[in-house]
Amino acid sequence: MKSGSNLEKVLMAGHFSVTAECGPPRGADPDIVRKKAAFVKGNVDACNVTDNQTSVVRMSSLAGCMLLKEQGIEPLIQMVVRDRNRIALQSDLLGASALGVRNLLCLSGDHQKFGDDPQAKNVFDIDSMQFIHLTKSMRDEGTFPSGKKLEGAPKFFIGCAVNPFADPFEIRVPRLKLKISAGADFVQTQCIYNMKKFKEYLELAKKEGLHEKVKILAGVTPLKSAGMAKFMRKMVAGMDIPDEVVNRIAAEPKEKQAEKGIEMCIEQIQELREMEGVAGIHVMAIEWEEKLAEIIGGAGLLPRPVVE
Amino acid sequence: MITGTPKPIEEILEMVEPYDNIILAGCHGCVTVCRVGGEKEVQVLASTLRLAREAGGRKINIKEVCLERQCDPEYVEQMRPYVGDYQAVLSIACGAGIQFLAEKYPIMPSLPGINTGFLGVTERQGEWSERCQGCGDCVLHLTGGICPVTRCAKSLFHGPCGGSMQGICEVDKSVKCGWQLIIDRLKALNQMENYGKLKPCKGWSTARDGGPRRIIREDMI
Amino acid sequence: MLPCTGRIEESLLLKAFENGADGVMVVGCLEGDCHYVSGNIRARARVNRVYGILEKIKIGPDRVRMFNLSAGEGSKFAAFANEFVGKILELGPSPINMVRAGQAQAVSQKEAT
Repeated sequence: MKSGSNLEKVLMAGHFSVTAECGPPRGADPDIVRKKAAFVKGNVDACNVTDNQTSVVRMSSLAGCMLLKEQGIEPLIQMVVRDRNRIALQSDLLGASALGVRNLLCLSGDHQKFGDDPQAKNVFDIDSMQFIHLTKSMRDEGTFPSGKKLEGAPKFFIGCAVNPFADPFEIRVPRLKLKISAGADFVQTQCIYNMKKFKEYLELAKKEGLHEKVKILAGVTPLKSAGMAKFMRKMVAGMDIPDEVVNRIAAEPKEKQAEKGIEMCIEQIQELREMEGVAGIHVMAIEWEEKLAEIIGGAGLLPRPVVE
Repeated sequence: MITGTPKPIEEILEMVEPYDNIILAGCHGCVTVCRVGGEKEVQVLASTLRLAREAGGRKINIKEVCLERQCDPEYVEQMRPYVGDYQAVLSIACGAGIQFLAEKYPIMPSLPGINTGFLGVTERQGEWSERCQGCGDCVLHLTGGICPVTRCAKSLFHGPCGGSMQGICEVDKSVKCGWQLIIDRLKALNQMENYGKLKPCKGWSTARDGGPRRIIREDMI
Repeated sequence: MLPCTGRIEESLLLKAFENGADGVMVVGCLEGDCHYVSGNIRARARVNRVYGILEKIKIGPDRVRMFNLSAGEGSKFAAFANEFVGKILELGPSPINMVRAGQAQAVSQKEAT
């Protein structure tokens, strides 16, 4: 075991894993996290806590992770390289590991332009690829990048994100390969709506044997309405929502669209589960955590396995 | 070249408000080429300031000069004979020039008439764009002659990120994705093997992060 | 002597105001008809920039204007000139001239006392 995390154990035991995501609140109220935690508990193997996503300031990811942990949920800390240089990143890795966080997702981070503080200075001292590598060497070599010995190596199951739908498409698999060679143990994908394109991506990855080197968790986000689908398609860079998906939810009357969105999400999870090379799913129910049990249960993925 | 943009006239008027007798200094270097701080711009800005001040009821006397380069001591020295006759110097050279004037004539307030931009190129008349951040450790031979530090909004060394769509950067529709450009170029050069290599964390000590930089060429001293 | 409006610099237009002009009329050839290909197009851009400057420093942008006509259109020139002069008369003296006149008056009053 690299980290001994629950997520790692579940995946290594060959189970189809489930992760979800919690966005920390825009404030210091811990009860908001605790409320979300109640919806997550028992439904996932680990839960991501986002790190100032879309560059909007929120409670820190580490604090969110600790609040989840307090509720008995295994946290997965997201860390972006946008706001911290290598000194701060290393320090936070040590801190998170010391507090018992065992899963990590290394990200670039959205550009600060998209948040409330577009005037902020960005850091990008190292990129997400280099961050993965840095973490791996700290974990496996027990040393700082400088070569100095760590007083206790951080233990992380190291993850990265991939967007199979961003351009240029032909670089997406080589880039995943690079992330694996940097040290990624698992990947979580951007929300998938275009199943055809995802299959194409997966086939290319499998041809290189990448699914055997890394655990691929397919990302899904239930649509609440046709409006949400259209908004995401238009506003979120790298979001590929085909017309047939939008049309299918738009065909329902407004009050039934949310229900349809959940139904579509469950169908999608079942389809993804059948694909060779997909090791789990990552459900990003954005501000809709109360539906997690319905979605994950609906897909036949409950109860979650307990691996000792 | 070093590029720049004029400061709003209101801001300059506010800066020169305490003075009645100033030098307005242009530069025949980069800022002349990017049309922000050369001889012509000195004339236009001087006239503008005089008109605005006189219309406001308080005239200003302006000595118009344009030095060959404000970043070289021998040219800056040319101002010495008359500099004491004025209350301040408004420079429309780059930040280096403005500071050099301040340094060489420490009793004179040095005022910036432009906002210095970046190291860039002329795309066409009236359009300039950034190419170099002077990081002090060039990797252009590995990236198809396109700089990831400058051309990628996140200065990624293993791009593109998920925000690259149809060759456009998510930060601005008018900005091309630097990594798409790099990949296209590497393909054209048949150098895609460079893409697949993990690049070590960049050392920023040669960039501004290492503190103010200097170059000492022993062979030239 | 200027061979072409393309030779007019922005600073020259501004100088005219410094020297007491209440308005400056730039008369160039018809667009597409420049001996030097694009002199009048450049002049138009420069006049526009001066227009912007005059607006910002509250001298009044309408005090500068470009007209285009061919060398054979004498009557048109006269009409343009009359139109522009009319406009300037309507605007009155430039703020610069107002200030200068005020100062001159103050000086002469002082001398009278």
